[in-house]
Amino acid sequence: MEVAAAKALGAGIAVIALAGVGIGIGNIFSALVTSVARNPSARDQVFGLGILGFALTEAVALFALLIAFLILFT
Amino acid sequence: MAAEGQAIDALGQFKLSPVLGALGHSVNFTQANLFMVVAGLLTIGLLYFGARPRAIVPGRLQALAELSYEGILKMCTDQIGPEGRAFFPFVFTLFFFVLMGNLLGMMPYAFTYTSHIAVTFALAATVIVLVTVVALRIHGMHFFSYFFPDGAPKLLAPLIIPVEVISYLSRPVSLSIRLFANMVAGHVMLKVFATFVVMLAGAGSVGFVAAVFPLGLNVALIGFEFLVAFLQAYVFAILTCIYLHDAVHLH
Repeated sequence: MEVAAAKALGAGIAVIALAGVGIGIGNIFSALVTSVARNPSARDQVFGLGILGFALTEAVALFALLIAFLILFT
Repeated sequence: MAAEGQAIDALGQFKLSPVLGALGHSVNFTQANLFMVVAGLLTIGLLYFGARPRAIVPGRLQALAELSYEGILKMCTDQIGPEGRAFFPFVFTLFFFVLMGNLLGMMPYAFTYTSHIAVTFALAATVIVLVTVVALRIHGMHFFSYFFPDGAPKLLAPLIIPVEVISYLSRPVSLSIRLFANMVAGHVMLKVFATFVVMLAGAGSVGFVAAVFPLGLNVALIGFEFLVAFLQAYVFAILTCIYLHDAVHLH
């Protein structure tokens, strides 16, 4: 039973990384909104960059989630 | 209700099993292979029937085919430069293979082949081998200067070179895990919520009414998953372009 409890705790600890990811994604979109507000004509260029940054940051969240799944289900 | 009293089986949907009867069984032709074939046929069909009318003012299907063609071509030439035209067929194929895999997986009873690390890592390994071969062919031995940027202090070489080598070698890992983890996480999330809805609805009349809210959330999540499906295909293609840019121009 201790192993199951430790697994649940470990999975919970593994997703603490999501705090940083939340800050990162918030940063990306705040910068995106600011830049579009300052220069609306640059929207097309910065939008692609913003989405790319979002996907790269989100990947970190998914790495953490993957570790949590590995701990829980294997 | 079916799921009542059962544990949530979130990973069962990724299990491979042979299809097409005895013939499929003998060559281990699984759902993943089947959906790869379907994805290929759909892509060919989209382009064939999209390009066939050759109308000056395109219809819907032709507009879709032209839009995707021009979009990927623009991505290639923007990211890689004029040399990008040479890599356009590769990036286009890659984009559509991943996109069709992600989108087909959103259909009920369908199988998401991009949710298997074997598939995504094979794609990422192809990309990285191509990038290395292209870089070696264009630059020869000069390619290895990629791992030590010009103007960096010589003293830092023992630090910079391992870091650059590790970051180069971790590209296929991050490229494959990004796609695979996105797909797995999305489908697991949908499955967990869907099972929860069924469990709640089976718990009596109060639960039946309460189950409307997670059901609505699940509908919204499916919309989000369609966005993710497209986004991940786009990110996969654009990262391939960025790596190819590094290979062609070295920094």
